[in-house]
Amino acid sequence: MELRPGLKLSSAVCSTEVIVVAGSGDVDLTCGGVSMLVPGEDGGGGTAADGLSEGTMLGKRYCDDDGAVEVLCTKPGDGSLGLGQTPMGLKEAKPLPASD
Amino acid sequence: MLLDMAVSGFGDRIAVGSVDNGLTYAQLLDRAARAGHAFSAAGTERVAFLDISSPALPVALFGAAYAGQPFVPLNYRLADDDLVALAERTAPASLVVGDDQAQRVSSTQGLHVTNRDQFLTATLDGDTLEPSAWSMDPEDIAVLLYTSGTTGAPKAAVLRHKNLVGYILGSVEFMGAGEDEATLVSVPPYHIAGLAAILSSVYAGRRIVQLANFDADTWIDLVLAENVTHTMVVPTMLARIVDRMTARSIELPSLRALSYGGGRMPLPVIDRALTLFPETRFVNAYGLTETSSTISLLGPDDHRAAHSSDDPAVRRRLTSVGQPLPTLEVSIRDDEGQPVGPGTPGEVWVRGEQVAGEYLQQGSKLTAEGWFPTNDGGELDDDGYLYVTGRLDDVIVRGGENISPGEIEDVLLAHPGVTDAAVIGVPSDQWGETIGAVIVGTATAEELKALVSERLRSSRSPDTILYREELPYNDTGKLLRRVLRAELTES
Repeated sequence: MELRPGLKLSSAVCSTEVIVVAGSGDVDLTCGGVSMLVPGEDGGGGTAADGLSEGTMLGKRYCDDDGAVEVLCTKPGDGSLGLGQTPMGLKEAKPLPASD
Repeated sequence: MLLDMAVSGFGDRIAVGSVDNGLTYAQLLDRAARAGHAFSAAGTERVAFLDISSPALPVALFGAAYAGQPFVPLNYRLADDDLVALAERTAPASLVVGDDQAQRVSSTQGLHVTNRDQFLTATLDGDTLEPSAWSMDPEDIAVLLYTSGTTGAPKAAVLRHKNLVGYILGSVEFMGAGEDEATLVSVPPYHIAGLAAILSSVYAGRRIVQLANFDADTWIDLVLAENVTHTMVVPTMLARIVDRMTARSIELPSLRALSYGGGRMPLPVIDRALTLFPETRFVNAYGLTETSSTISLLGPDDHRAAHSSDDPAVRRRLTSVGQPLPTLEVSIRDDEGQPVGPGTPGEVWVRGEQVAGEYLQQGSKLTAEGWFPTNDGGELDDDGYLYVTGRLDDVIVRGGENISPGEIEDVLLAHPGVTDAAVIGVPSDQWGETIGAVIVGTATAEELKALVSERLRSSRSPDTILYREELPYNDTGKLLRRVLRAELTES
């Protein structure tokens, strides 16, 4: 799929929904090892691959090793996010106090 | 995009207004989409907003993004001529306007005018529109904000979606607010903090309570009535709030976090506030319109440590704007643009995704390496805390010596007989400039000159001292130095 910031994607295997925060170009963003769906695209109802069902958490960010691709989870589910079959990591950010 | 995310995550929460009858995020999105369609249908190039804060503000702000048109809030406190000049620069534009303001721009060509009530009624009902129609180009201009124009015609600062979204994603935790949290926004729509508050709150899921025209008693009453947990104020507002809370012997235990910025905070005011709000977490936020709001902040723990300390070095932290956000870089530069080390004053430069540093006619002011010279003077200490001394334009050059007004103002304000103070350069044939001070309070000129000589040095001691009932501030807490400079020059 053609990635761009702001793009919303939904999982083909669970209830997970994400929004792309960083990343562009042709990237195979997956959930449960299955390519995620762009809005309006059919193909739901799949099952997560073995070992790729760690689940997603609402409001958390996930990124690849070099931080080039980053997504934010807007709806949690059972699958693991990844690039192809490589799982993405949870990005830990130290929250700042509200300033405005 | 930010609102879209909020709706996905927590669409049924209240976004703006009271718990009982406010707008939910889903309703706000629906209304913004309908507003966006109307803006697109009008065929205008921009969306201007000339009104006080109301639910129409977030609807118009997000509606403009939907339509892919820059949002341009206009300052309703400007004189008629200045306002018309800005309206003409903004046309062709859709204009959302308060009833009391509409006739002020009635002669301006190229405005597609809707008053606030019509606008809110028109966006109330209709089809639910497909959110994927949102314009998402990060390079598009999200907001044009006219600067206050103290040195000439106002400049239109350009903030692109990538700047604002970069700021929010970098500094706010998505859905980081508890469902019981509410923020009171009392800065006006034409101030960067007023817009940043909306974006931050929407992304964090924190309910917005709006106060259109700041008044300390109304502010206090709203905190009580709406169980407000968060707020952002400018220093002049906090000074009045502290006065009224003391006079009314009132406590505001619901307030968990108070951030302030937009001008220099007098030490006595913040000390009193820290005492009056013993449990509240204080944040000093420093930023500019051109940097999409906050770039550096002094956090709650630093405030409490400095407040309770007798050590002057620790106390001094209360006059710091803290440490730069982790998502950007701050560097202090000399006149040649070379970095200087800790403890050496220079100009504050900043670089990062949220830094726009661009004006509509003048173009980008970023260096080839992406740095924005802020025109603010400042220095870093050994621990990376930033101290901002004020606009470099305000620096007094007395007999070849550069003198920062802020440094002298801090000393003057430390005198118990001074409630407010401003230090200004006064043109002088002999010295180039001399030091003028305008004081609110009862301390004598001799006492004040002696105090400055003792704490700093004699060349920093004011040459002229005037007394006033109060100092002139604009409604967003900026000291009007040019007014005082004129008065001092005359005297």
